Amino acid sequence: MKLSGAQIVCESLVREGVQIIFGFPGGAVIPLYDSLPQYPQLRHVLVRHEQGAAHAADGYARATGKVGVCFATSGPGAANLVTGIATAYLDSSPMVAITGQVARAFIGKDAFQEIDITGITHPITKHNYLASSAEELATLIKEAFYLARTGRPGPVLIDIPRDVFIEQAEFHYPDKVNLPGYKPTLHGHPAQIKKAAQLINKASQPVIIAGRGVTISTAYAELKELAEKAQIPVVTTLLGIGSFPESHVLSLGMLGMHGTACANMAVDSADVIISIGMRFDDRATARVDGFAPKARIIHIDIDPAEIGKNVRVDIPIVGDATNVLRALNKLIVSQSHVDWIRQLNEWHREHSTTRVKEGEGLPPQYVIAKIYQVTGGNATIVTGVGQNQMWAAQYFRYNKPDSLISSGGLGTMGFGLPAAIGAKIGCPEGITWCVDGDGGFQMTIQELATAVQERAAVKIAIINNSFLGMVRQWQEFFYQSRYVATFLSGPDFVKIAEAYGLPGLRVKDKSEVVPAIEQAMEHEGPFLIDFVVEPEANVYPMVPPGAALGKFIEEPRKEMVAPTDSFHLGVSNI
Amino acid sequence: MFSTKHTIIALVADKPGVLNRVASLFRRRSFNIESLAVGHAEQGGISRMTIVVDGTSATVEQLRKQLDKVTEVIRVSDITQENTVDRELALVKIKATSQTRSEIIQIVDIFRANIVDVSPDSLIVEVTGDEEKIESLFNLLRGFGIKEIARTGRLAMTRGM
Ligand SMILES: Cc1ncc(C[n+]2csc(CCOP(=O)(O)OP(=O)(O)O)c2C)c(N)n1
Repeated sequence: MKLSGAQIVCESLVREGVQIIFGFPGGAVIPLYDSLPQYPQLRHVLVRHEQGAAHAADGYARATGKVGVCFATSGPGAANLVTGIATAYLDSSPMVAITGQVARAFIGKDAFQEIDITGITHPITKHNYLASSAEELATLIKEAFYLARTGRPGPVLIDIPRDVFIEQAEFHYPDKVNLPGYKPTLHGHPAQIKKAAQLINKASQPVIIAGRGVTISTAYAELKELAEKAQIPVVTTLLGIGSFPESHVLSLGMLGMHGTACANMAVDSADVIISIGMRFDDRATARVDGFAPKARIIHIDIDPAEIGKNVRVDIPIVGDATNVLRALNKLIVSQSHVDWIRQLNEWHREHSTTRVKEGEGLPPQYVIAKIYQVTGGNATIVTGVGQNQMWAAQYFRYNKPDSLISSGGLGTMGFGLPAAIGAKIGCPEGITWCVDGDGGFQMTIQELATAVQERAAVKIAIINNSFLGMVRQWQEFFYQSRYVATFLSGPDFVKIAEAYGLPGLRVKDKSEVVPAIEQAMEHEGPFLIDFVVEPEANVYPMVPPGAALGKFIEEPRKEMVAPTDSFHLGVSNI
Repeated sequence: MFSTKHTIIALVADKPGVLNRVASLFRRRSFNIESLAVGHAEQGGISRMTIVVDGTSATVEQLRKQLDKVTEVIRVSDITQENTVDRELALVKIKATSQTRSEIIQIVDIFRANIVDVSPDSLIVEVTGDEEKIESLFNLLRGFGIKEIARTGRLAMTRGM
């Protein structure tokens, strides 16, 4: 039986197990939308801006581990996806984006709403396609999903001309893909694994750096086994948070520009580093030529191009983290590393500078710590970018995989709300908090309407400092406090919430924080809290740009008073 | 580490957009392409690219891996260290008068090059060889006045096997 291209797309999505599509219609995709009602298995979530569709698909993918799907029309619709696709690309998030294109006969003629979206997205997709006929659609979709979720995951875009949606073709869904140029290496080379084991067995100050690859590969148990068996402390990258429980005694927290003092000192003085599923981003390594100066580095990654890209590596192992760690763990001997761990203990005690100074106002860190306390850690935190993101990483203790969803590689302001909606729709049973700055929140604020219309019960905590806080912090530290274009006045977020049809609360005092969080949790639907925090609070510790990891700035001591209401960093174990 | 010329062979699926993808990868990762030659390979549906790049062995290794990540790229190898046959073809149009023509023909003969077009005031010479040979021929011909040059860029194949 022949189907239209649009029906073939829907049939193929159903075969791929897709349940949710985030999208926004327009001329080129009307035929696609027209066939959606025939497929009630496919729920379409109407966003208010295509960037929101891409971020929501990304948030959905990160929360569920499934491929996120988004639709957009040609021209401006496709262009609006770009930031979201790039965000997914840099964080290896599996996504399939389907865009409409002008009809085949009009391609290359600068037709109405024509843009070369495959050209534009070449460098930010794992792969992309311009469909040339309805007949090939099933194959393209099969390949797109396969590419998006296997190996190192990433976004794949399929651009479909309007008339291809209408064209009729026989539908056969292929059961295999034929991609001779694509064969991810899944198993590490045994000789390399053996070398790595020998190095680890001889190490006296080893450190594991766990990245998002551990989460993607679901190698939690294997990572834990390695850490426990050889008593190796674990630090994570921002996106690696949750791959190893932060309340574990061997957890040192996050490394990098705003990493814990202890994590950065550990990496700085390690003699062996085992990097798993991370790519030595400069926010994690700080000054590259000063990174881990004493260490021999073992790098386990599924993407061979990551090996040796930024940092010299002594023992590269290309493969899937789970497989490699399973093989590696067999060769690892039990260790205790008593002296090393005692040393880390000491550093941790000396540098527990993460307590918050007592002041008049509401410390932003306090808000995060209380969200942790009230939820008991049973929540997915989806962040914006900037200070709020760093505090969310530092003051919540993440014990479950994918409990922190954040734009790490691209640092996309505006990611928070739509990604939280996607995460919540993907895991409706779970509690989802969106922690965002007053700046970033306004970049995709219109998705409040999506949350309300789709009854996506995200709880929103705006860390409102009336500044583009992270930029202000840099201006304070490195530009003699010349605040240029970082002050934000308004809007009234509570009124905005009401206008969009969700309840909102403003909190200015510490005493109101917990009751407000509790009220948000009790409410069934989406809920917004505008936390008016100290405007000039800073994120500490901080490794200044250009400095090595060990050279962090700590919170000035004089400002630190033992807090009455004690809370501290999520990692105080060692 | 110092920069040298590397010869890279990439076998790629013959699909629309592949050349663009490969070329834009070079730009995005700031690699310096010296030459790029593309044509059909022995197997249908597959093209062979011969790429000459300038770079340190570390950057070229990174390039090889990045190329390998492109879905349509089936195989990439750096054959710089191997025993290879390297060839390039060049066409060069030179000014020639009745006085200079015979001198040019002598030079062309020495280089086993061919004259493929003759007109009253110019000649087109076709030459095949490695870059060095082509450069030396050009150096000798330059005095007569070169009007136009077209070069294919390097093609390379490993010997034996
Ligand atoms: C789309 C985008 N534009 C600009 C930036 C640069 N930037 C990084 S952090 C930041 C400030 C963010 O302010 P806000 O959202 O209020 O969060 P805060 O740092 O105050 O918590 C800016 C402007 C960015 N990351 N993303």
